[in-house]
Amino acid sequence: MSDFEKKIIEFKSRLNSTQDSNEIELIRTDIFSKNGFLNSQFKKLGSLSEDEKKTFASNINKAKQELLEIFRVKASEVSDRDLYEKIKKEKVDVTLPEKEFKIGKIHPVSQVIDEISCIFSEIGFSVEEGPDVENDYNNFTALNTPEDHPAKDMHDTFYLDENMKTLLRTHTSPVQVRTMLKGKPPFKIIAPGRTYRSDSDQTHTPMFHQLEGLHIDKNINMGHLKGCLNYFIKEFFEVDKIKMRFRPSHFPFTEPSAEVDIGYRIEKNKIIIGEGDKWLEVLGCGMVHPNVLKNCKVDPKNYQGFAFGIGIDRLAMLKYGINDLRSFFECDYRWLNYYGFDPLDVPTNYRGLSK
Amino acid sequence: MKFTKDWLDVHLKTNKSESQIIQKLNSIGLEVEKVEPIKNELSDFIVAKIIKANKHPNADRLKLCDVDIGKKDTLKVVCGAPNARDGLLTIYAPPGSVIPKNGMKLEVSKIRGETSYGMLCSESELKLSNESEGIIDLNDKYKTKIGKSFFGEKKGKNVIELSITPNRPDCLGVRGIARDLSASNFGKLKELRKSKVKKNIKHNLKIKIEKNKNQPCSIFGSCIIKNIKNTESPGWLKNRILALGLRPISAVVDITNYVMFDLNRPLHAYDLDKIKNKITVRNSKKGESFKALDNKNYTLDKEMCVISDDEGVLGLGGVIGGERSSTETHTKNILLESAYFDPSIIRKTAKKLDLNSDAKFRFERGVDPQSVTTGLDSAIELILEICGGEVSKFDVQQTKKFKDLEIKFDPKMVLKTVGTNININEIKKILSNLGFTVKTKGKFLNVKVPSWRPDIFGEIDLVEEVIRIIGFEKIRSIEPEKKRTKPTLNYFQKHFHLAQRSVASKGYLETITWSFTDEKINNKFKEKLESVKIVNPISSDLSVLRNSLYPNLIFYLEKNLNRGFGDQALFEIGPTFTGKKPGQQITVVCGIKKQSIDEDNNLKKNDLIDVFHIKKDLVQSLTELEIRKEDFKVVENTPSYYHPGISGSIVSKDGNLVLGHFGALHPKIISNTFGFEIFLENLVEYKAKNKKFKESLTFSDYQKSDRDFAFLVNKDTRAQDLTEVIQNIDKNLIKEIKIFDVYEGENIPSGKKSIALKVTIQSDHKTLDENDLTNISKKIVSTVEEKTGAKLRS
Repeated sequence: MSDFEKKIIEFKSRLNSTQDSNEIELIRTDIFSKNGFLNSQFKKLGSLSEDEKKTFASNINKAKQELLEIFRVKASEVSDRDLYEKIKKEKVDVTLPEKEFKIGKIHPVSQVIDEISCIFSEIGFSVEEGPDVENDYNNFTALNTPEDHPAKDMHDTFYLDENMKTLLRTHTSPVQVRTMLKGKPPFKIIAPGRTYRSDSDQTHTPMFHQLEGLHIDKNINMGHLKGCLNYFIKEFFEVDKIKMRFRPSHFPFTEPSAEVDIGYRIEKNKIIIGEGDKWLEVLGCGMVHPNVLKNCKVDPKNYQGFAFGIGIDRLAMLKYGINDLRSFFECDYRWLNYYGFDPLDVPTNYRGLSK
Repeated sequence: MKFTKDWLDVHLKTNKSESQIIQKLNSIGLEVEKVEPIKNELSDFIVAKIIKANKHPNADRLKLCDVDIGKKDTLKVVCGAPNARDGLLTIYAPPGSVIPKNGMKLEVSKIRGETSYGMLCSESELKLSNESEGIIDLNDKYKTKIGKSFFGEKKGKNVIELSITPNRPDCLGVRGIARDLSASNFGKLKELRKSKVKKNIKHNLKIKIEKNKNQPCSIFGSCIIKNIKNTESPGWLKNRILALGLRPISAVVDITNYVMFDLNRPLHAYDLDKIKNKITVRNSKKGESFKALDNKNYTLDKEMCVISDDEGVLGLGGVIGGERSSTETHTKNILLESAYFDPSIIRKTAKKLDLNSDAKFRFERGVDPQSVTTGLDSAIELILEICGGEVSKFDVQQTKKFKDLEIKFDPKMVLKTVGTNININEIKKILSNLGFTVKTKGKFLNVKVPSWRPDIFGEIDLVEEVIRIIGFEKIRSIEPEKKRTKPTLNYFQKHFHLAQRSVASKGYLETITWSFTDEKINNKFKEKLESVKIVNPISSDLSVLRNSLYPNLIFYLEKNLNRGFGDQALFEIGPTFTGKKPGQQITVVCGIKKQSIDEDNNLKKNDLIDVFHIKKDLVQSLTELEIRKEDFKVVENTPSYYHPGISGSIVSKDGNLVLGHFGALHPKIISNTFGFEIFLENLVEYKAKNKKFKESLTFSDYQKSDRDFAFLVNKDTRAQDLTEVIQNIDKNLIKEIKIFDVYEGENIPSGKKSIALKVTIQSDHKTLDENDLTNISKKIVSTVEEKTGAKLRS
């Protein structure tokens, strides 16, 4: 046996017997590095005759392949063993809390505004807005509410000046006026927003939310009004059938005027909407008064249509079982968390309004 | 407006039941608010038991009793009766009830320092006997009746209460309600009884309406009734008065009230013998005063309508009578007034004096001017029947003629408005039954409006009358068309919606707070804005419109802290006000964050929030709103409510538009709290101006190289100043700059700091070689050193 062969056997046995990754690295250097065994053998080739060279080179290469294979198997065996041993020691208590996260919430009023917008979007209404501070003309006069009329008593108004010319709007109806004055018919809009009345008790807050609706075109009549609101109420409460009645009423800005009641009953202290023999008022509506159209530069001979006003907070309370109107504005952390909506829960037509 | 079915029967011949009538009233626009069992004078008096008769702490003869009246809790009642004792069954009168013996109305009162809720009654007080020694001692039989009315309630009879809309004064009288029902095929309206009273005696009191400016009184009708006996009203009349929720006083007063509620015709009775010489209806002089029937003194402004005699003001016309000329039980001769006053002036007067009365409520809505004599006739009929006496001829002073309005009505308007065809004969019948005079003229109807309907002005009002009586349920509903011609939300509204949900998705709870706030807190946030004061605020701590969203958010944040919630993130999106004119408002998104400091929680220690957390929330939301980092810059000047050293503003690249602020709130306002504001109009304006179309995506596959630099700069140099300079050196090659260390301390001269940054360099066209990279690196160093005074650290 040549020295070369002896050396190869020695390397093989060294590799086979070790279980230590450092030792393996040492052996690797001894064999394969620049100054290692194999290179030193290759260097010898130069001093050999052509025939010897050929045989020896082939021997070295053969030995190199063998050693490489043994080395690869050994190295992966040892590194696997090291890894498993390391893993064995790694153990965390996965029941410890995750990193803290906070889920934000959308206020029920905002959610309901989005729901309502979604419903009316489907039948071609677009969203308009108006300022919270209004003048007396847009809030009352243009809407056919005469000076010193008891109808004004229905709105306990917050005024911003002693002459009672600027005020916080008592309803969203002035948006009707603004919309009509700045554009040309037809009009088909809804206008959600904050409204204000100086009233504060169990069921009233000085600020609340309304949604105005206005549809003016050539031949829009009370049949359209009924159809529109029937559709809205059914969609909003996400039911196929709902008991509903239109009851004549009076608003200065509509004629004829109606209030809409929906049927309900109380079952185990919970309100069940849409059936039963009790009535709950949910909105006011009517055909826009010709005087309002005239005030808004729309010719009542050619155009007519309907308007409605919905109490958004009230609808939110009914749909989501919230008992106290005042709680909407008290910002109680627990309330916001409980009644709020996930921001990803955007009402859409294809997915449905609510989760 | 209250009435009973039997009262309605006076005017309406009908076979419909009470419940049918209630349903009908609702469907024709006379909303039924309440139906309640009728109360008689005595139903208030309740069987009660003294649980404990304690000694009154401040009076020897009085007792402080715990009384069981059948409710959950017992009541405290002070009682002076010697027989008040533990376990006694007796009769209890609650506050608000009227003691039959003396007509005294009970109130909650303090007796020798102890509050007494009502009274325990003696037999004489209830007019059961003359026994006034001690309170009633009921036998054991009443043990099961505690809480029940002693005299029993009349079963089956109800008071129906309507909520009459302000346009329908005619239905503030029972007859008006009957008329509407008859028009709805619910019976026949009975004719008013013709007066058979002989008016024999002379009306010898001179009455004059003066021609003053804006004199609201245009008709003053009256008659004199002599030698009456003003007794107690008979039972039927008393019961009607009680049904109205009023208190029977005397026949004359009860009759005038009865006619008012029966015909919507207010009347007033004067004691004739107390009137000095003559009656003048005139405008008041400033400073005149009188004592009204409510026992209060009123000092008048000028131009209020007064009824006066030679001695001064007798009463305020159409609003309230005066005490000086009031009728009493011994009154023998009266003057009965039936007048007409202009609604708007009555309203102004009553509002100025803060005075409310049933008469004022009717006159300001509109009383039938043609009902002056009908009202007198109705009243004298009753007065003569109950009190006897002789009546004079009527004296009617009138300064203005009232003409019934005529409307040319195209019946096609009904179809046009409601979409459902109504037969012309039906239309005519409904209008006639409501009291309109209808004549056909070709295709049109000539419709004369009855004098009791001041709410009818034009054709549309007639359409309303017709459809209201027909019933809204008869209108055919038309399904809405599912067609959209315009986008639902405009550009701004889309951003509102997105901003709201973007901020919420960062863990903030959306709140909605009042648009007004506490002026004291608001002052800390208003900066240069004017306070917008509310003239009549709901409370003194909600007296200004908010100039910022912070005052309310902080208020509620602190409330939640007190509830024990330390970690909080709240936000609101809504208006803040920049002035008091319509439109002087902007839309702000404001978030506020507070973290509780929990020393024991090691797990959380590395997660403490600082200004860069709030900046992250803001910048991430801006990014989601497609305002990218290269679109804005950060500047240090912020409003004074932020911590001056730990806050910044996000402004447009040109510095002209403020998009938002962020930072620690000023510690003097609130400690350890961070917040941000986004100004939505500015943001949307900026975005709209710099609208970029999304180009098709290209990216470079050539080698990317990173080079690190550390610059020694002055302590007050801002990181942004370095990155801006580097960015501008070659926008094509420099893809990203990341600051990875800011260091002061050892090896750094005082007044200096080291900023270390990593610049990513990549070409879109070739692989950069060592030479290219060296060149750009050198350029970065030289430009930064030249423009910022920084020195590369070696």
